[in-house]
Amino acid sequence: MSTNDFKIVDEVYEAGNKAMRSYVTGFVLSVILTLIPYFIVVNHLFGSSSLMYAVVIFGLLQLVVQVVFFLHLHRKSRPHWNLVVFIFTLVIVFILVLGSLWVMNNLNYNMIDASPVNTNEGYIPQ
Amino acid sequence: MTANTHTSKREEIHEPRHTKEAKALFGFWVYIMSDALLFGSIFATYAVLQGNTFGGPSAGDLFSMPFVLLETLILLASSFTYGLASLYAHHHSAKRTVLIWLLVTFLLGVTFIAMEVSEFVKLFQEGNSWQKSGFLTAFFTLVGTHGLHVTAGLIWMGGLFVQIWRRGLTVTTIGKVSTLGLFWHFLDIVWIFIFTFVYLMGAI
Repeated sequence: MSTNDFKIVDEVYEAGNKAMRSYVTGFVLSVILTLIPYFIVVNHLFGSSSLMYAVVIFGLLQLVVQVVFFLHLHRKSRPHWNLVVFIFTLVIVFILVLGSLWVMNNLNYNMIDASPVNTNEGYIPQ
Repeated sequence: MTANTHTSKREEIHEPRHTKEAKALFGFWVYIMSDALLFGSIFATYAVLQGNTFGGPSAGDLFSMPFVLLETLILLASSFTYGLASLYAHHHSAKRTVLIWLLVTFLLGVTFIAMEVSEFVKLFQEGNSWQKSGFLTAFFTLVGTHGLHVTAGLIWMGGLFVQIWRRGLTVTTIGKVSTLGLFWHFLDIVWIFIFTFVYLMGAI
């Protein structure tokens, strides 16, 4: 083995250590980001609407931690195209979920608005 | 062994730019993203039907939170142990260690599925099946689809275990470790959203 070989072996080990640090950091962060929202919800530390926001924020932080430390999106073979597909998917899911909620809430709102007539035990005004 | 073969082997494993494995990995990533669209639409359905309990129990009445927390931690741990298996496959070529971590991941996954099935059976026995209300239909569809994915992942992991055991760590089997890794970590992310939007928000 030449010195060059040792250098390469060192590099492989160095990369291995780096990956190990990444997995351990990711695991610790994800456990923390699970426990905090769990305890604030179970103990009802805030009002309902602030709890909602807090839980969503912790969920999104968790997503970022998982993508960076476990999926290693930025280190894959074709980082550019991986990212393009990922962002495209995020945009579609965003439109799908928020769009559904928006449309269906609007529908419910209009139904509630018309309810005084509808709930009048079958009475239909002529 | 010359420095040259070392370098080419290293490049194959760490920067598999133009190899078959790299293409497979990218193709699989595209599949994962289409799967994310599937889960996105089921999540949208759940978000819309969440309040339609038809006089039955709502999300806050049904679930035991410590149980769900334990499920979540088990799945998070399995993602971590899979990461370790992947690490030892890529950087150290340590077959034995890879197999041990795969086995640990597999057992954690089986525990998760067993807990989920027992939760479903309990709900069903209490008369809260998917036929009861729009909320429960959406709940069983969402959580059940995730559970099916995890089960498929476990079957795949069993196959990979046997393959590595018999053929060792080759460029092909290491490529498969990466592909299943994408799938497994993705399922962990989906579960985080289920934990957040179904269980935590239901308990508020």
